[in-house]
Amino acid sequence: MVERTPVFNAICQAILLIGLLIVLLPFVIVIVASTHDIRTVNTVPMPLTPGGDLFVNLHEAWVRADLGRKLFNSFLFAGTVAAGKVLLSSMAAFGIVYFRFPGRMLLFWLIFITLMLPLEVRIVPTYAVAANALAPFQAILDITGVTWLIQTLSGIRVSLEWGLLNSYTGLILPLVSTATGTFLYRQFYLTVPDELAEAAKMDGSGPVRFFVDVLLPLSKPNMIALFTIMFVWAWNQYLWPLLITTDPKFGIAATQLKTLIPSEFGLPDWNVAMAGTLLIMSPPLIVVILLQRWFVRGLISTEK
Amino acid sequence: MEKRATFSSTTIGLLFVLPMLVLMFVFFYWPSGQALYWAFTLEQPWGGGNTWVGLQNFRQLLADPYYWGAIGRSLVFGLGSTTIAMGLALVLALFTDRELRGHKAYRSVFIWPYAIAAPALGLAFRFILAPEAGFLSLINQVWPGLWNPALDGKDAMIAVIVAFSWKYIGYNFIFFLSALQSIPRSLTEAAAMDGSGPLRRMWDIQLPLLTPTLFFLLVINITESFQDSFGIIDIMTQGGPARATELMVYKIYFDGFKGLDYSGAAAQSIILMLLVILLTIVQFRFIERRVHYK
Repeated sequence: MVERTPVFNAICQAILLIGLLIVLLPFVIVIVASTHDIRTVNTVPMPLTPGGDLFVNLHEAWVRADLGRKLFNSFLFAGTVAAGKVLLSSMAAFGIVYFRFPGRMLLFWLIFITLMLPLEVRIVPTYAVAANALAPFQAILDITGVTWLIQTLSGIRVSLEWGLLNSYTGLILPLVSTATGTFLYRQFYLTVPDELAEAAKMDGSGPVRFFVDVLLPLSKPNMIALFTIMFVWAWNQYLWPLLITTDPKFGIAATQLKTLIPSEFGLPDWNVAMAGTLLIMSPPLIVVILLQRWFVRGLISTEK
Repeated sequence: MEKRATFSSTTIGLLFVLPMLVLMFVFFYWPSGQALYWAFTLEQPWGGGNTWVGLQNFRQLLADPYYWGAIGRSLVFGLGSTTIAMGLALVLALFTDRELRGHKAYRSVFIWPYAIAAPALGLAFRFILAPEAGFLSLINQVWPGLWNPALDGKDAMIAVIVAFSWKYIGYNFIFFLSALQSIPRSLTEAAAMDGSGPLRRMWDIQLPLLTPTLFFLLVINITESFQDSFGIIDIMTQGGPARATELMVYKIYFDGFKGLDYSGAAAQSIILMLLVILLTIVQFRFIERRVHYK
């Protein structure tokens, strides 16, 4: 700004430095604690100079929490959720913005109401649906009498069954089915000039062609922004994976943190616990640091 | 806003929306309906379907002092962490926006906490705030027994609030800073020409123009404190000691999946849903009255 305010500037800098300390201290403590051996980590106060046991601790945490498999699962899970979100929401928004059919506004509201109730709030019934994802359709068939009709006609009782517990599908699908990305895409499509669609129509391209060849390339910045925030969001999911994956084969990294808590009567090996925390929290942190611009952009435009 | 040039094929349009709609039907609308159904019925102990019990589940719930306790604690947790996280983030954003030396580094680092998973930072803070090791154990060396989140409910609540607020400093900072940057520079420059100092400008120009963001973040922070707190609570305290940190979502999880009381958990879900919907409506009303800068 125009004026010189050295005293106020110094105060600002001091407060910003305190803020920096508050934000960075937990990171520093996690990193430093994971380099100590079990004796040093439990001294009070813990020395803030790094020790030499980082790789021993990382290895121990890796083995104890089965992180090879779990991190792979996390990458697969977060990547698929993010990709699925990008794909489904770009398509849904295209259908809502670029077509005019009866009931379009109803669809719009049906999709956006889902923003109101996050998964954690309706966790119990969603879990019940995941036990058999086709239960809703079965119920519809039962109520409308189709089941009865088929049974009397052919003697076969229709029973649709598709359990999603302990499967990648069950982990991923419920998290994809929210409206977050759809809103982002809708706002973006509304800013695309009408002339593009007019020109494409005049050149004889249908909607699918227009979507694939014009809109998708144009929306690349949106895709990256949405992908980054969804990746971070999915990586950090906890409650749903905790419930749906009781089979360790499908477990993800975030829920493994529980196995790393030092037990009350066992060894207080916080060094291993912090090494595991470091491994599990790094991927989303790296994404945010490297793709900061996209992350901030995605966050601001999805939530508003 | 409407598009001038649209495609006329209804089938293709519906096909584009269909995958999303099917998923939402299965994983959103059906479960929400199911929750309603369970909330008004009671499962027979030996199978054989649910019986209609009307408002009994709700009446039972509202007569349960533990449930009111969970609501009270959720409010303490939500308001406490929101105040800390928003207050700190606002100050940091206001000062970062002055573009003093090093503001690019601040702008980047203050966002980092939001990247950390709730359970991961729960474990980190469990260590940092542990009474026997970690850093707050220093207090116990000077005054033995003053700080112990494993035994003292108040300490445990402070611990989870600190952990949660730390994460949401990052989130609030992003929104405050972006709102500050969208305030036209000409406004603050004009005020500076008229001789107002930086603090005065913050108080009289920037803060009033931030009110929509403030309200928006207030609602988001409180709703997030209902959901995102689960990982922190589950890792740090598991609702204890003696239910001192048992918040609403944790109680739903506990009653529904450990206690297998689906009807009770569903009734709790419905109340929570209503609460969240109410907050969202409040938010929409404020967003309608959004301040326009130009």
